[in-house]
Amino acid sequence: MNFPILSSLILLPTIGALFILFTKSSSGKNQSSKYVALFISLANFLLSLYLWYVFDENSVGFQFVENREWLLGFINYKVGIDGISILFIILTTFITPICIISVNVTITKRLKDFLIAILIMETFMIGVFCSLDLVVFYLFFEAGLIPMFLIIGIWGGERRVYSAFKFFLYTLLGSVLMLVAIISIYWITGTTDVVKLYELGIQAEYQNLLWLAFFSSFAVKTPMWPVHTWLPDAHVEAPTVGSVLLAAILLKMAGYGFIRFSLGLFPIASENFTMLVYVLSLIAIIYTSLVALMQEDMKKLIAYSSVAHMGFVTLGIFTMTQQGIEGSIFQMISHGLVSAALFLSVGVVYERHHTRLINKYGGLVSIMPKYAIVFMVFTLGALGLPGTTGFIGEFLILMGAFEKNILVAMIASLGVILGAAYMLWLFKRVVFGEINNQELKSMRDLKIFEIITLSALVIPILFFGFYPEPLMNSIEASVENTLNMYNFEIINNLASKD
Amino acid sequence: MENFQYILPEIFISVSIMIFLLVGVFKKNSASLIYNLSNISLVILLALIINLGSIDTAYLFNNSYSIDNLSNYMKIILVGSGIFVMLTGSKYIQVINLNKIEYPILILSSILGMMIMISSNDLIVFYMGLELQSLALYVLASFNRDNLLSTESGLKYFVLSALSSGLLLYGCSLTYGFSESTNFDQILINSTEFNYGTTFGIVFILVGLAFKISAVPFHMWAPDVYQGSPTSVTLFFAILPKIAALAVFIKFLYTPFANMNDQWQTIIVFISIASMIFGAVAAIGQKNLKRLIAYSSISHMGYALAGLATVSNQGIQSSIIYISIYLVMNLAFFSCLFMLKKNDKYYENIEDLSGLSKKHPILSFSLLIVLFSLAGIPPLAGFFAKFYVFLAVIEQSMYFLAIVGLLATVVAAFYYLRIIKIIYFDPEKEEYETSHDLGLKITLAISTIFILAYFIYPSGITEIVSKITMI
Repeated sequence: MNFPILSSLILLPTIGALFILFTKSSSGKNQSSKYVALFISLANFLLSLYLWYVFDENSVGFQFVENREWLLGFINYKVGIDGISILFIILTTFITPICIISVNVTITKRLKDFLIAILIMETFMIGVFCSLDLVVFYLFFEAGLIPMFLIIGIWGGERRVYSAFKFFLYTLLGSVLMLVAIISIYWITGTTDVVKLYELGIQAEYQNLLWLAFFSSFAVKTPMWPVHTWLPDAHVEAPTVGSVLLAAILLKMAGYGFIRFSLGLFPIASENFTMLVYVLSLIAIIYTSLVALMQEDMKKLIAYSSVAHMGFVTLGIFTMTQQGIEGSIFQMISHGLVSAALFLSVGVVYERHHTRLINKYGGLVSIMPKYAIVFMVFTLGALGLPGTTGFIGEFLILMGAFEKNILVAMIASLGVILGAAYMLWLFKRVVFGEINNQELKSMRDLKIFEIITLSALVIPILFFGFYPEPLMNSIEASVENTLNMYNFEIINNLASKD
Repeated sequence: MENFQYILPEIFISVSIMIFLLVGVFKKNSASLIYNLSNISLVILLALIINLGSIDTAYLFNNSYSIDNLSNYMKIILVGSGIFVMLTGSKYIQVINLNKIEYPILILSSILGMMIMISSNDLIVFYMGLELQSLALYVLASFNRDNLLSTESGLKYFVLSALSSGLLLYGCSLTYGFSESTNFDQILINSTEFNYGTTFGIVFILVGLAFKISAVPFHMWAPDVYQGSPTSVTLFFAILPKIAALAVFIKFLYTPFANMNDQWQTIIVFISIASMIFGAVAAIGQKNLKRLIAYSSISHMGYALAGLATVSNQGIQSSIIYISIYLVMNLAFFSCLFMLKKNDKYYENIEDLSGLSKKHPILSFSLLIVLFSLAGIPPLAGFFAKFYVFLAVIEQSMYFLAIVGLLATVVAAFYYLRIIKIIYFDPEKEEYETSHDLGLKITLAISTIFILAYFIYPSGITEIVSKITMI
C-alpha cells in the first residue's frame, strides 16, 4: 500500500486550517468555521482509527514508513510508526475534536484564529509522534511552541503574558541544547535517521553528554521537578482548551521522547543516569503532591497533580523493565484522558461561576448531579482506583520499580496515597458539603455538548480500565523490542569493558 | 575583448548612472522617471549577471578583478534585493518629499561600488569600490536634510566610517609592505610564513570590514544611523552593504589570508560571539522598531560570521545561505514597517503596533511569521539559516561557539516575542491605512511566503550555494 497515510494525518489539519483561513465568516459567530474544524478533526480521528485497524501489532519494526528527500544530501523526511507512537497519535486525534467541541463557550473572541491555532497544533503534535528523523522531530517539537504561545497569550487569563513568555522561553532554552546534540549526532554517525541510528549505535564516550542535552529538553517539557514551574503558570492562565491540549498531549511528547530517543539511542548513558531520574521523579511525586494538597485554585491543583503523574511516568520508563515501560505508556495515555477531562470539568464550573477558587464552591452534588457523577469518575481515575485506566498505569510502574529498587518503589507508593488525598479532598470540598455560597444555586447542570465531551472521555477511561488488552497488545511488541535493543547494547558495552 | 561579457554588468550600470544624471540635469521634474528607469536598469543588470551562469573563475584587468561563482551569487542577491528595496521604498520617498533625482542615482552608484568590492582581486580595486559605496551611503543617510536625526546619522556614519576606512587603509599598506604585492593571489603566495606585519595588516583590515558589517565591537554607528536615516535608506543599510561586506570577508579570509587562518580565526570567533550576545541583550530595551532591527541585525551578523570562523567550505556556504535568508526576512519586516502609515505619517515605535492584530489580521500575521523566523523558530526559514551555520560550526567541533550562539537565540527570542505580545495580546491603539501600493504588497507577499514555505523545499538555495567552494 503506497498511500501516504501518515503524511495525510499530519497534513489534514493544516489543510483544514487553511480552509478556515480563507472562508469568509458571514456572522460573528463563525459557526461555519467551527463545523469545518470539527469535520476535519473527526475525519483525522477516523483516519487514525483506520490506521490502528490496519496496523500489524506483532511486527516489531516501523510501519507505514515514508522516506523522501528533503534537505539534499543531509536529511530525509522520514515518518513511520510503531506500537508506541500509534497510541499517542490516536490520543491526539481523539482529544482534538473534543477540544473543538468545547470551544463553544470558553472562547468568546477571535474564534476563527483559535480554531486555526488548534488545527495547526494538531499537525505538529502528530508530526512529533511519527517522525523517524531527529531533525524532523526537532522541527515538529519546536514548531508547536508557536501556536501554544498564541493560545495562552491571546485567549488566556489575567497573567497570560507572563505565563506565555515563561512557557516559551523555558521550553526553547531546553530545546536548543537538544539541537546541538542532534547536529553532533549527525557528525558523529553521519545520519540522523532514527532507524539507522538504532542499528549503528552511538559510541559510548559521547553518550553521556548527548543524553544530558536531550534530557534538558525533555525534562523541561515533561516537566520534571526543578524545571516544572512553568507548568502551573501555563495551565492556570491558558484557556480551558489550551490546558487540555497542554496536559493531554504536549506533556506526552517528552515521555515519548524519553522512550524513543533517550533509551533507544543512548542506552549506556541511560543506565548511568538512572539514579538521577529516580531521584528527580521521586521528588516530583512526593513534593508536588504535597504542593497540590495546599492549592486553593482548582486548575493549579490539577497542574501540580500532572507533575506528580509525569513523575510516575519518568520513573516507570527508567526502570527499564517491560512492566515499567508499558505502565508508563499506559499512564501517559490515561493521564492524557483524565487530565483533559479534569480540565474540562473545571472549565464547566468556571464558565458558570467565573472562579476557580475551591472555597467558593461546595455542595454541587445537589445542584448539578450529572456533573457530580462524571467529576467523580475523573477524580477516581486520577487517583488510580482499580477499574479506571489510572490504576493500571500506576500499578505496572510500581511493579517495575519493585523489581529494580525496593526503596524507590516504596517512596513512590507514598505518592499514590498522597494522590488519593488531594484528589478526594478536592472532590469533597467542591461537590459535597453544605451550599454556603447562595450564588451557586443558579448554576445549571451539564449542557448537551458538555455531556457529549465528558462522556466521550468517561467511556475510554472506564473501558480501558476494565479491559486494557487492546492498548497493551499494541505496545507490547514495540516495548519488548526497545528493551531487547537496550539490553543488548548494555551487555555489549560491559563485554567490551572486560 | 574576449572577456568583455564578464565586465558587462558593471559597464552597463556605470553607463546607466551617467545617462540618468544627464537626463536629470536637462529634464525638469524627472525624479519619478529616473526612479522607475533605475529600477528597470537594475532588472536588466540582474538579467546580465544571471546570464553569466555558473563559470570557472575569470580574471580581468591584469588579475585585479575576478568573476567567479561566489561573486556572481553575491551580486545576484545584491541586485535582487536592490530591486525590492527600490520597489518598497517608492511610495515612502514620495510621501516624505525625498523624491529627488539624486536618490536613485546614489543607490545605483552604491550598488556599483558594492559590485566592484565583491569582484575585486586587488587591494586598490577593493578600496575604490568600498569608497564608492561608502560615499554614496553618507549622502543617503543624511538625505532627509531637514530632519535633525537624519543629518546626525549621516555625519555620524561619515566620521566613524572614515575612521574605519583609515584603519583599513593602514592595514592594506602593512599587508602590501610585508607581502610585496596588492594582488590577492600574490599576497597568498608571498605570505606563507608568519610575520607580525601581515598579522597586524589582517587585524586592521578585519576591523575595517567589521565596521562595514556592523559587528561588535565596531557596531556603535548602527543603531543611530538606522534610526535617523529615512526608512527606505535604513532598509538599504540593513541589507546591501552587509551582503557586500560579507562577500569581501569571505574573499579576504579565504584568498589572500587563507594561509594565516590560525591568526584570524580567533578574531572572527570573538567578533561573532560578541555580536550574537550584544545584539541579543541590547535589543531588549529598545522602543523604536528601526533601532531594534539594528541590534537584531548586529546579532544576525554574528551568526553569519560564525560560519566563516569554521575554515571550511561548509561554513562559507552556511554564511551565504544565512545572509540570503536574512535579507528576505529584513525585506518582509521593512515592508510591514512601510505599511504602518496614517495620514502621510509613518509610525515606527513598538508601541504603535499595539493591538494591530484586531484590525489588520494579514499584516499582523506577516509580522508574526517574520518575527518568529528572525528568532529562529522552526519550521520557518530563519531556523534553517541558523541550522546550517551550526551544522558547520559543530562539524569543526567548535562547541563553545555553538552553545553560546544557541543560548543567544533564546535571549533574542525574548524581544521578538515582546513585539508579538504587543501586536497580539495588547489592547488596540491605532488604526492604519489599508490601501498600499502594489510593489509593497508584492514584496511582502513574496517574502512572507518564502519564509513560510521554505521548509517544503529547503534544498533549492543549498544546491546553488554548494557550487561556491573556496578551499
